Amino acid sequence: MKRQKRFEELEKRPVHEDGFVDEWPEEGFVAMDGPYDPKPSVKIENGEIVELDGKKKEDFDLIDSFIAKHAINLDTTEKVLAMDSQKIANMLCDPNVTRDKIIPITTGFTPAKAAEVISQLNFVEMMMATQKMRPRKTPATQGHVTNIRDNPVLIAADAADAALRGFPEQETTTAVARYAPLNAISIMVGAQTGRPGVLTQCSVEEAEELSLGMRGFTAYAETISVYGTEQVFTDGDDTPWSKGFLASCYASRGLKMRFTSGSGSEVMMGYAEKKSMLYLEARCIFITKGCGVQGLQNGAVSCIGIPGAVPSGIREVLGENLLCMAMDIECASGNDQAFSHSDIRRTERLLGQFLAGTDYISSGYSSVPNYDNTFAGSNMDATDYDDYYAMQRDLKVNGGLVPVKEADIIKARNKAAKALQAVFKSLDLPEITDEEIEAATYAFSSKDMPERNMVEDMKAAQDLMDRGVTGVDVIKGLYAGGFTDVAQAVLNLLQQRIAGDFLQTSAIFDKDWNVISAVNNTNDYNGPGTGYHIDDKLWERITDVPMAINPADV
Amino acid sequence: MSEEINEKLLREIIRQVITETKATDKKVDFNGGQASNSQASSATATATKPAPGTDAPLQLDWFKHIGPAKKGTSTDEVVVAVLPGFAEHMTENLKGIKHKDILREVTAGIEEQGLKARVIKVYRTADVSFAGSEGDQYSGSGVAIAIQSKGTTIIHQKDLEPLSNLELFPQAPVIDLKTYRAIGANAARYAKGESPTPVPTVNDQMARVKYQAKSALMHIKETKYVVTGKGPDEIEVNFD
Repeated sequence: MKRQKRFEELEKRPVHEDGFVDEWPEEGFVAMDGPYDPKPSVKIENGEIVELDGKKKEDFDLIDSFIAKHAINLDTTEKVLAMDSQKIANMLCDPNVTRDKIIPITTGFTPAKAAEVISQLNFVEMMMATQKMRPRKTPATQGHVTNIRDNPVLIAADAADAALRGFPEQETTTAVARYAPLNAISIMVGAQTGRPGVLTQCSVEEAEELSLGMRGFTAYAETISVYGTEQVFTDGDDTPWSKGFLASCYASRGLKMRFTSGSGSEVMMGYAEKKSMLYLEARCIFITKGCGVQGLQNGAVSCIGIPGAVPSGIREVLGENLLCMAMDIECASGNDQAFSHSDIRRTERLLGQFLAGTDYISSGYSSVPNYDNTFAGSNMDATDYDDYYAMQRDLKVNGGLVPVKEADIIKARNKAAKALQAVFKSLDLPEITDEEIEAATYAFSSKDMPERNMVEDMKAAQDLMDRGVTGVDVIKGLYAGGFTDVAQAVLNLLQQRIAGDFLQTSAIFDKDWNVISAVNNTNDYNGPGTGYHIDDKLWERITDVPMAINPADV
Repeated sequence: MSEEINEKLLREIIRQVITETKATDKKVDFNGGQASNSQASSATATATKPAPGTDAPLQLDWFKHIGPAKKGTSTDEVVVAVLPGFAEHMTENLKGIKHKDILREVTAGIEEQGLKARVIKVYRTADVSFAGSEGDQYSGSGVAIAIQSKGTTIIHQKDLEPLSNLELFPQAPVIDLKTYRAIGANAARYAKGESPTPVPTVNDQMARVKYQAKSALMHIKETKYVVTGKGPDEIEVNFD
């Protein structure tokens, strides 16, 4: 065929590099309303659920059993299931129906009912519902702080940088697993230098991650994955009960934690049992609820390429975020993985959560260039900051970040690198040189850093674990090095684990260690003029972008 | 670039897999043998192909089963555990690198360090970490490499949790043959008790965007060859 020239031009556009797939319900390649999804139903006998979504008790798999036993309100569920799904959907997006009227309904859902209700909503209705159902009134976002060389000095400087830009939660991981304790300490020291009260975590293998938390190297965890089919769950040597046990381990030490799930994971693992992504994700949300866990990271997360490839997939992703929040669970709403070659589609991916506001719009935003993002790249990265600031300013939206002054960033990065130098010295870890501090202060990426001896670092990391070093030793090192304010911040962070207030739903700290959570910052949206508003002080900061011309200067 | 997978290719693969599945009644049959009983309602040109999971393994002269794998006792070996679909049901990784070439490079990497490579095929899982964990139970040195059909690779050691690793190469599209060889060499050095510098990881944030759907399709196919409870087979490889 002779090619039409416009078609030829269009094929050169970045969107043509993305993966799109036709629906294939038999293997779970369907976003919502799957032809094999069960119809909602519930039957209670002698105070026990004996039928759930068309399945009899004797046919329950272990996820059904867990949900039936722990995740559904028996007092309300029969009444809720008798309600018209379209009517419930209408209540969800109606500004006149407040959040506290909705929660008693959603907690009586079954997974199939939940999926059916969410499927009634179009994208804008989902956004309207999201701005009301977000548990914490004030929206926020989370940042990734990583680099592909696991360079600890750079992690500390980048964490301080990210803290200044407003991330109240920061997440690191490793390029090489054995670096984990060094990365955890580096992000903690860097973040507390940038802004006291930032929560930090290190996403690694679950037993290791718990150990890091117990030692006081992290303040929260979120990489505790749950899945929507039994096969995928048990392939990971896990059950809903074992995840619940792990969750209680964190709670016992005063560590904040949330689960992670997300549509597409069952498809990726090859066992979707012919069910739609939304239905399987609904089961994950119910497992989270049943475990008594306060929060969930969902919204396809690292499997975004799967819902992103099928029709209505990005709508489904916002739908699963909404369902999480509607069930009174903190939501870290994805937007955390490279999604598209097209800048237009990247923005599309972000918009629902960004405009409506979630507990963490991104989980997380790459605070480093994607080249250095060892979560395999995020939807937005350090080179997108100014676009993000402009979007907040144009639309008067709090996306969780604030513009910063170059001089302030340089100062914070330098101090964080020096503070980590002191900690390494006192813990007898491989030396951090002044040359490294200088490089980290002004670095764009890990390409700007001098080589470190990785073998020595990894040996030291293992030795540090073997010696039983804890967060208290980090505090001592900071104090000995003259960083008393940072030492105080890390001490406060450890003290907060005894108080445990930040285990409440959707909790973050402000710079004075006040907890901001769904309990004391309840979302009370009830139409225009209510709910969250950007206050004057914050608005001044959001509008103060360095790119803007001051008319007085002209 | 020839390395790039374009949308057309992706669609073609997906269409092929979908067609294969539609061709039979989606019955998963691990015994192979009695292949497609073509009651295909949506018969197409390729409808005679068996569905994934029902095709008999390819008979290969370079990749031969020689019975159930035995637990190794010699400390100078590294086990290379390949996953159920490897070589016999799929022949190339996500990026189109031949399984034969991958295995040749990995074993060469082990041998260049003076150690022996022993190849096994695992059946009970399609998960790369759990395959690595199973592999190191069979490895005399306690070190194993596991490779999925799509190319994802791990270096695992006996005393680690299944989902932990010595080194993990999660982004199959960025692993080239040189890297596969380096992975073999590093595994051998761990087996010798050394602490090698990890194989440099390449990070391509667009790899996921480009390959995730295809990756899922290949993994779905791999799971069709999982046999619950079946122990690994010893494989004799011959690259001549």
